[in-house]
Amino acid sequence: MFNKRIVIPGLLIFVLFVTFPFWYNGLSAGPMPKPELPPGGEKECVAPASEMRAKHMKLLNEWRDAALREGKRDMINVNGVDYRRSLQLACMECHSNKEKFCDECHVYVDVTPKCWNCHITPADIEAKNKETH
Amino acid sequence: MDNNRRKFLKMAGATALAGIGAPAVVKLTSTSAHASSAAHGAPAVAAHAEGGSDGIRLGLLIDMRKLYGKPELIEKAVNACNSHHNIPKIESKKSEIKWIWPMPFPNAFPEHSHYHYPKQAQENKFPVLCNHCDNPPCVRVCPTQATFVEKETGIVAMDYHRCIGCRFCMVGCPYGARSFNWFDPREHIEKYNPEFPTRMRGVVEKCTFCDERLARGLEPACVEAVKESGAFVFGDLNDPNSEIRQILDKEPTIQRKPALGTKPSVFYIV
Repeated sequence: MFNKRIVIPGLLIFVLFVTFPFWYNGLSAGPMPKPELPPGGEKECVAPASEMRAKHMKLLNEWRDAALREGKRDMINVNGVDYRRSLQLACMECHSNKEKFCDECHVYVDVTPKCWNCHITPADIEAKNKETH
Repeated sequence: MDNNRRKFLKMAGATALAGIGAPAVVKLTSTSAHASSAAHGAPAVAAHAEGGSDGIRLGLLIDMRKLYGKPELIEKAVNACNSHHNIPKIESKKSEIKWIWPMPFPNAFPEHSHYHYPKQAQENKFPVLCNHCDNPPCVRVCPTQATFVEKETGIVAMDYHRCIGCRFCMVGCPYGARSFNWFDPREHIEKYNPEFPTRMRGVVEKCTFCDERLARGLEPACVEAVKESGAFVFGDLNDPNSEIRQILDKEPTIQRKPALGTKPSVFYIV
């Protein structure tokens, strides 16, 4: 191998530089987010917590397509409770604090879902309707 | 060598010409194309008599006789729609958002307008909205299928999640029933209705016949707002027993720009 003395230290420096964010933080990803559970004290959701944690985005997309494109706006019954297929009208009923529930994890993993460009949160509604009255 | 190339070019030219010409020949010889284009030019009464799609086709009948001299009723219907759907209030003509709005007769019905039309029609404004056409040009031109005909109801629906804001549908719609959000609409909404989302900047929106209300067994907001006057009748155009069909079968009605062949689902008694 030619130029061993330059290439090997150079590679080492490159690897250290690229992995800088990991070892700078002591190989820890920071404190885990703690999303606030529904303020109303509800325990049940449309699916078990682990499934919701992993697949809520998929479920929301399915609901969106069912309601908007297939016209299936009927209630879905899970364990005897009726839920509307709606982020704004079903999810936000229980998880009414978007800032402490949704944002906690979304900020942690640095994803910015576009849901809230159109869908309004209970906090939005309160702020707007207070402003005018 | 030259001779071969010459032959090749001749063959290639002839083949290309035949390829281009074939569809035109097929079109000219098929009679069905002529028949359907003739039907499109038929007047309004014929268009609804010949029927449209099968299944439920929701439509609206506006009895103007009950609205003449009562602009406040139209305003009530418009306000009900606006507040129900979180429609922003933007004064500028270029950027305003309209789902249902009042329009003078000659603008709404350019084909029906003529000298000596009844004074009351000329003096009163007509409520106009998306016609939920059976043959909607907006749906045909939408590149993402963000706007589509709901099979179950015949409603021309919008899926704002898919709209890329190209505004082809606005060009396609001959009724000006679509509006584009040039700004974030939220700044121009006075009060939120928690039952309905807002839209975002860069999407097109329009009347959806309140399909979210229909799903809960309610009537469209505008119909409900002026319920006592009986000026708005909403129902299934394909059901011979529905109230709207009973009136349509009895009374002469007009539609907006029927000659375009879009087959609107909104009818007016003038």
